[in-house]
Amino acid sequence: MLYTAVAAGSFRRYATYRMATVAGVFTNTVFGFIVAYTYIALWDERPHLGGYDQAQAVTFVWTGQALLASVALLIGGVGELQERIRTGDIAVDLYRPADLQLWWLSADLGRAALQLLGRGVVPMAVGALFFPLALPADALTWACFLLSTTLAVVVSFALRYLVALACFWLLDGSGLAMISGLACMFFSGMVLPLRVFPGGFGELAQLLPWAAMLQVPADVLLGARTGGSLLRGLAFQAMWGVLLLAAGRLVQSAATRKVVVHGG
Amino acid sequence: MASRVAQGLCAYGLIVRMWMRSTLAYRTSFVMMTFGDFVATALDFVAIMLMFSQIEALGGFTLPEVAFLYGTSSVSLGLADLLFGSMERLGRRVRDGTLDTLLLRPAPLLAQVAADRFALRRLGRITQGLLVLGWSVSRLDVDWTVGRMLMVPLMTVCGAAIFAAVFTAGAAFQFWAQDAAEVQNSFTYGGNTMLQYPPTVFARDLVRGVTFVIPLAFVNWLPALRLLGRPDPLGLPGWVDFMGPAVAALMCAGAGLAWRGGVRAYRSTGS
Repeated sequence: MLYTAVAAGSFRRYATYRMATVAGVFTNTVFGFIVAYTYIALWDERPHLGGYDQAQAVTFVWTGQALLASVALLIGGVGELQERIRTGDIAVDLYRPADLQLWWLSADLGRAALQLLGRGVVPMAVGALFFPLALPADALTWACFLLSTTLAVVVSFALRYLVALACFWLLDGSGLAMISGLACMFFSGMVLPLRVFPGGFGELAQLLPWAAMLQVPADVLLGARTGGSLLRGLAFQAMWGVLLLAAGRLVQSAATRKVVVHGG
Repeated sequence: MASRVAQGLCAYGLIVRMWMRSTLAYRTSFVMMTFGDFVATALDFVAIMLMFSQIEALGGFTLPEVAFLYGTSSVSLGLADLLFGSMERLGRRVRDGTLDTLLLRPAPLLAQVAADRFALRRLGRITQGLLVLGWSVSRLDVDWTVGRMLMVPLMTVCGAAIFAAVFTAGAAFQFWAQDAAEVQNSFTYGGNTMLQYPPTVFARDLVRGVTFVIPLAFVNWLPALRLLGRPDPLGLPGWVDFMGPAVAALMCAGAGLAWRGGVRAYRSTGS
């Protein structure tokens, strides 16, 4: 119950940043247009590249823009948590009768839900208005997409939580967070769909955890994953979620044993 | 006027030196961040190379030609970002009221805001852009006369001034809109992404928009098309290609006016 309250509080908190949301929607939409045109040029040269037709490729672009904020595709850490570790405020959190990882996971899910609504819906709608998109007609596929997106947020959080915990050792984790954010940007498919990556490199990229953050949910939405392939995709996401959350728990117990707060 | 400019530059230099020393206190993190900035922009180019592993030409442009567009735009944005990029933090200072501290200091506000949290790591982006630019110049099939060679540094400097004007105007906008720092990303980073690709890729209205409304096309598209011997998709008269310096000066003047207006309109939080 506590954790749903945390999630709801986080949802409400991000709902108050109205101007930032509007600005974000504007930027996501502008980027959507720019990238969509480059993909159209690419798919004009090579129709069916990576198994997508042109409409699917453009849908991939707008899905990426819609999920960018929610799944935190450019962000490598949990900024606030890192700041609390650096300043020593984390000591207060560790005294609380709540689990650190679950607390921050709930807060992140609340944030992601608000940003999916606030920053995802409008860019996707604008994209659908100006480009022919390959969006599903049946409610079941949309439901699968929502489930896949939720799993994407969990994987994204689990990985960022690990990066944030590294601050217990590094103190200033911004460098690591940045590199992790870059890996996410590239290997999630945000820069180019992983299916377009050549040969073995592409196959490897589709096995990494970042593939669970954009490539899988986008494939679910644009109909490149159906039936057994859809179930395998969801299982793939769930597997990375569980693995990374478990790793987070291990690191968390090691970190809290060694924590020394500045100022004694 | 001249003494005020000198005072501003002096304050800028002082603040920049202070932030550089502060950054270098966390040396590992600084190295990682600079490397990160380098890689961040390099990944954009990796994406372009991956595209070209599947195709011969994009929008009729070959890889060295696209690399030339990429390099000139990246270096321009990198320079502007290094010198003025910190201005996007202005909204935060307006929100939490710390801008008042800057207003009380005996140094021009613009210099203080531009130098605020000066990030030396942004050299990473410039380095990466220069490498791509160098590679493309060595591969391009262009007859490099002295005039053409001079045009490349000139257009990157003018491009940097245009982007700097956008950063400044964006910061001025935040005096009113506080939380909307992301809007200017559309024009700086978004504009940069757009300029890295040939104009033939984009819808004509979009190209018109970045030529006449927010004249980012003067950063590299128009002069680069001239250098590459390509027709410009809007069919503008030839002399327009050389208007970069004039456009940059105009934009800087406009941004300066917007900045003044913003500072005048500023009301501290809580009042």
